[in-house]
Amino acid sequence: MTTAVSILPEQQLAVLNAAYRQAVARRRLRLLLGAVIFAAALVLAAIGAEVNLRTLFTYFGNFISYFDRILTLDSGQRVWTDVGEWLWGWRKWLKMLGETLLISYVGTLIGATFAFCLNFFAAENTSPAPWLRFIVRRLLEFARTVPGIVFALVFVIAFGLGPMAGVLAIAIHSTGALGKLFSEIVENADMKPVEGIRSTGASWLSCMRFAVVPQVTAGYASYALLRFEINVREASVMGFVGAGGIGQELVVAIRKFYYSDVSAILLTIIVTVFIIDITTGWLRGRLFGKEARA
Amino acid sequence: MTKPQQVDTREMRARYPDVFDRPASARLATPAMIVAAFAILIYGLVDLDFSPSRFFAGLSQLGWISLMMIPPDPGSSLPVYLKALGETLSIALLGTTLAALFALPVSLLAARNIVPSNILRFPVRRFLDSIRGVDTLIWALVWINVVGLGPFAGVLAIAVSDFGAFGKLFSEAIEGADQKQVEGIRAAGGSPLHEIRFGLLPQVLPVIAGQVLYFIESNTRSATIIGIVGAGGIGLQLAEQIRVLEWQKVSFLILMILVAVAAIDFISGKLRFAIIGPRAVA
Repeated sequence: MTTAVSILPEQQLAVLNAAYRQAVARRRLRLLLGAVIFAAALVLAAIGAEVNLRTLFTYFGNFISYFDRILTLDSGQRVWTDVGEWLWGWRKWLKMLGETLLISYVGTLIGATFAFCLNFFAAENTSPAPWLRFIVRRLLEFARTVPGIVFALVFVIAFGLGPMAGVLAIAIHSTGALGKLFSEIVENADMKPVEGIRSTGASWLSCMRFAVVPQVTAGYASYALLRFEINVREASVMGFVGAGGIGQELVVAIRKFYYSDVSAILLTIIVTVFIIDITTGWLRGRLFGKEARA
Repeated sequence: MTKPQQVDTREMRARYPDVFDRPASARLATPAMIVAAFAILIYGLVDLDFSPSRFFAGLSQLGWISLMMIPPDPGSSLPVYLKALGETLSIALLGTTLAALFALPVSLLAARNIVPSNILRFPVRRFLDSIRGVDTLIWALVWINVVGLGPFAGVLAIAVSDFGAFGKLFSEAIEGADQKQVEGIRAAGGSPLHEIRFGLLPQVLPVIAGQVLYFIESNTRSATIIGIVGAGGIGLQLAEQIRVLEWQKVSFLILMILVAVAAIDFISGKLRFAIIGPRAVA
């Protein structure tokens, strides 16, 4: 089958071409302008951050050799030739990893509980009063924006060194993050069941319990699992400021140049994060079907 | 008005056995899960040294600290703090840009529609995954060992840890691109290079630009904390003031961070809106 492609007459073509060129030129100019502004910002930032290319070039070899060193045992052999020697402290490290997982578990659960209690007040459609919604929203925003490790720094001073500070820091940060996500789920919930229950004369609490909660629990659980995944990473660095977990061991190893320990601890952290990611991904797939996995 | 219909419960039972007579295993599943979750919670609380007395003592301490934070007051160090804030923003901007530049070519290698071979793609993906598995703070510690204390280590830390994230996100954007436009270019007689330039890039670039902006935003947060381990920026000041218990300065610094993050959120939201339009502003 052949189709005739109509060729436009020369004049019409010229007009169209000119218009096209003009449109493209305008877009290119805007792009160029954006690029120039961006480049200027980069230069300014490079001065601000004391970027020194010479330092980078002189020391880049160190970066490579750092990995060479952390993969070498004290005896000068590669780490994988003597796994027993490399992972000599595995009992202690596994215990600290267990602590890290517990910190994130307890922190996530406490945070999710608080978020569950607060989110009905923050959602547009279920909040009993606008002023209450405003206050709860600002609270959640604050808890979410201040980084978890800053909370940990303050809590270490208030509650003393140890995992308690880490748990509370993670709990507060999770409350903020989950509270927002939960309230978004509630805002998307169907309001007809609520109206049905309210029409029977039920209180606000019963409306939430019997009309909203059954719709949203699956979404809540999915987000909470995702948060747990994130919190495991977060808990692995809480030890940097003395708030418990494997981070303590890692920071000591890095600062004191126990090279092979650094790689061993990093390996255990990466493997744990992998396992948790895969398990929670699988769990979410099982519990809520494939579409909730994203 | 219609009269409520009489319901024959027995018939209903017979018709919907899975509602009325659920097997014991299904009925027990939820309570069992809740009990297990609480058992682990209790074990965790005990194992992690949560005693009520310690908790309440800490809470009253925290109350004192919050009281001492009011009013926020920078003392005489406002210029220092402003400079530190500028440093933080610089770290975020530079780190993200570096990461994006290096991640773009690697993400092509990890995209299914560019590199069909599983054997080649798998190691690239795992490599990106393991970079992402290591927290930014850890990278900061490593870079401090290499280039010394200061904001430069922070830039490199953010660049490396974002490299992993960008590699994954970019490759997903590339995989999600519509193949029809690429086919259209090929049908019109374009070379493979033309296909990428005119078929793929116009679809992918706005998505990538949006992600980069979003990361600059979220890296402003990360950049505030990497200072805690000594990699420059406002986190350094914050950690110092917390250690010497200058609570008024601490609260001022936290306020500064909140305002800066809100401002960056606002700007990047507007920019993303301008670049990708209303639909994809997530």
